Amino acid sequence: MHPLPVLPDGRLEQRFSESKPAYSAAEAVTEANRCLYCVDAPCIKACPTSIDIPNFIHKISTGNTTGAARTILKENILGASCARVCPVEVLCAGACVYNAWGREPIAIGRLQRFATEETLENRTMASLMPAKKPPTGKKIALIGAGPASIAAAGLLALEGHQAVIFERKSIPGGLNSLGIAPYKQSGNQALEEMQWVMGLGDVQLMTEVSVVAGQAGMGEVSAEALLKDFDAVFLGMGLGADSKLKAPGEDGEGVYGAVELIEKIKSDPKMTLEGVKRALVIGGGNTAIDIAHELKLLGVADVAMVYRRGVESMSGYVHELAYARKHGVRLIENRVVAEFERDGGKLLGVKLARAENGKAMTGHEEHVACELVALAIGQATATTIAKGFTGVELDKHGNITVDPKTQRTGNKKVWSGGDCVNGGKEVVNAVQEAKIAVRDMLISLGAK
Amino acid sequence: MADLSIDFCGIKSPNPFWLASAPPANSGPQIMRAFDAGWGGAVWKTLGDPVTNVTSRFWANDYGNMRMMGLNNIELITDRPLEVNLKEMYEVKKRYPKHTIIASLMVETRENWKEIIKRAEDTGADGLELNFGCPHGMCERGMGSAVGQEPKVLEEITRWAMEYAKTPVIIKLTPNTGDINEPGEAAAKGGAPAISLINTVKSLLGVDLDRFVPNPRVGNQSTNGGYCGPAVKPIALFMMSQLAKNPQTKHMAISGIGGISNWRDAAEFISLGATSVQVCTAVMHYGYRIVEDMIEGLSDYLDSKGMKSVNELRGKAIGAYAEWGDLDLNYNLKARINPDSCIGCNLCHVACMDGAHQCILIPGRTHEEHVKAGHTHIPENIPMVPVKAAGAVGRHLPVIDDVECVGCNLCHLVCPVPGTIEMVEVPGTIGHAETWNDRVAQGRDINPGSMESTLKKRGLTS
Repeated sequence: MHPLPVLPDGRLEQRFSESKPAYSAAEAVTEANRCLYCVDAPCIKACPTSIDIPNFIHKISTGNTTGAARTILKENILGASCARVCPVEVLCAGACVYNAWGREPIAIGRLQRFATEETLENRTMASLMPAKKPPTGKKIALIGAGPASIAAAGLLALEGHQAVIFERKSIPGGLNSLGIAPYKQSGNQALEEMQWVMGLGDVQLMTEVSVVAGQAGMGEVSAEALLKDFDAVFLGMGLGADSKLKAPGEDGEGVYGAVELIEKIKSDPKMTLEGVKRALVIGGGNTAIDIAHELKLLGVADVAMVYRRGVESMSGYVHELAYARKHGVRLIENRVVAEFERDGGKLLGVKLARAENGKAMTGHEEHVACELVALAIGQATATTIAKGFTGVELDKHGNITVDPKTQRTGNKKVWSGGDCVNGGKEVVNAVQEAKIAVRDMLISLGAK
Repeated sequence: MADLSIDFCGIKSPNPFWLASAPPANSGPQIMRAFDAGWGGAVWKTLGDPVTNVTSRFWANDYGNMRMMGLNNIELITDRPLEVNLKEMYEVKKRYPKHTIIASLMVETRENWKEIIKRAEDTGADGLELNFGCPHGMCERGMGSAVGQEPKVLEEITRWAMEYAKTPVIIKLTPNTGDINEPGEAAAKGGAPAISLINTVKSLLGVDLDRFVPNPRVGNQSTNGGYCGPAVKPIALFMMSQLAKNPQTKHMAISGIGGISNWRDAAEFISLGATSVQVCTAVMHYGYRIVEDMIEGLSDYLDSKGMKSVNELRGKAIGAYAEWGDLDLNYNLKARINPDSCIGCNLCHVACMDGAHQCILIPGRTHEEHVKAGHTHIPENIPMVPVKAAGAVGRHLPVIDDVECVGCNLCHLVCPVPGTIEMVEVPGTIGHAETWNDRVAQGRDINPGSMESTLKKRGLTS
């Protein structure tokens, strides 16, 4: 097995400190002892992967950290990532019974991080999982090396199948390595976890290989060939490029897609924010909050989010917005970008129009100077690849249609999960969808 | 994975974790659920002539935020008809042939013992546990701890049981006795191959200060009950290890009981001589599910120590359990506070000032302030080391005065942040290992400042 790439030094991401640092053993045990060890616990029900949270926390309290990691990984093979990146405030910890008592909920994410990191530093993932089954000779192709495919590949490997992941980029991990806010998880942390999964054996990673709908050229493989050469296919390619406003002056330096900019912050040593004193982030979702918060923490003096409606309509998490605002991110409500203003190629700022119900009103425009704009208004869907697999259907948003009980698409050899199905959710949702897909794949592959 | 299976004086069990004879082992359906959860055995709620119980029955000792640190009960033996228990016992054993079923028994007369032993063994039970421990209600009727406190009676009933029983007999001992060796030796003399201990400690759990009635309350009265749970573990460890060391009793298999809540507790009991361990309070608090962590934790622990079987752990700590007179007087420890994790609460300071040897100083005080605080020895150099923990702004690391520190552990024990105060070994003041018994043997067992009458008795002058 080749070691996965490690991201180089000199990246902006390395300037961040962690918002929820790792617990020491003393801190973890003390927090674990606070857990009531509830039965039929609401935290389990709030976890998309149904981790037996009170059980793993009880194990931390007795010093059985290894057992705690087993309990977590049994339900969530990417439990280490999820510990760092899950919005626990709206999932497990948000459901903690202590909330109903006006007391601080258990820091479930940090405890999960402690259990998984402490254990996986010294033990292989294989030693914590059920024994690997003998080889079946079956091969499964997984498109995109994001969390959905990685989780599915690991689970398939444990069942004795061979998993081959195709990734168009040179750095695998998808949004988990290239899109998570650096104060939650670094790219190298995500890659390390992927290395643990690959350590299970029988997971092969092909980077810089694009899957295409039609004829395959250099560095490409056709959907048709995959259907022919593999026993099953899993589509986990996530979403595509950042959407654009299509406003005048948008194209050119200084204007980035939010996902693109976060990726540069996390992976590109050449990325710099020199000369950026004022930045605008367009959008009201979690990606918008993330990039605004990141720019602020990187020292941009004035960072403002521009949202076309009022704060109450924002899709981003309340706790994330509050945290970003605490660090100085400003919010401009009921405004839309009418135009990008440039001097030659150089971005001078934007013209903002007042909006009502999200729609621009004419005659109420104002100029806002800035050196950088990040567009966080959504991402394109990966429709072209999906269409290459006969029978795979898309819904009206461009997301792949599956049976939620099986994650199976319209092609009986093709399953799918993660952002390309759910339109953009959390890592933990991708893992759960991968679990469901693998469960159904096993039935299907076994029946052959 | 280490092998957790045990052979308890001929009784095979898949693991050492047994339910104690108590409410969690009251009925067949309960015990089957426990076996499904992973318990290796169960000692059935004590059989005998069914009793009538009172309401209420339990009360707990809470300590700070810890609920049920100790549990007290005034429930008696089973209140279910004997044939119902026996029928269920038969069915459970049939459905779970590899699991251990022990019938706990408590009756009065020799004829009673003869009858109940026969009937219990007819169910297929793997062994018998004679309940000579229950310290409330039953003892007033001449049973339970009334037997456990009378070595002669205990020995005699043990003999009867050994005469009638075909399966191994375990004598369950009460801690409510001056010297546990006496009932332990009586059990050995009676021929029993095994003992279990401790049963509950006689207790009165507290008082309802509005009604002036102790708890648990039964109308306008209460009564003393049996105390168990984490609070009694140290008493149990002591008594059990006494018998694990005693040359007259150490041949008997031991089932350890008393406050066992997790794999660590179990490992401690096993290292002091237990072959199986019995659990009640932790199950009453959290349910049968705790056994998953117990099995996994014990197994991983054995693996980490390179032990292939739980049998390798058994008794490993007995050898280090010495008499006080054999401890090394030269062994020396000093407290060390870690500036990286100290949060600046100064609890170590107050504990040492008022409860130990006045050796922890708060830096930044003047000489006069140190004197006023109660220090009699004030070091020249009292460094101001800032506490590094985030949020502990302006706090400084308390300073240990090695001249006064006797290495007692108290600061280490009161420190709320585990691992922050470590006790480190330093050279001893004697310069070589020496015990009090060495001094006695050499006639040097008189320290300066002894009483005139002591000196006179030894023919010495002050």
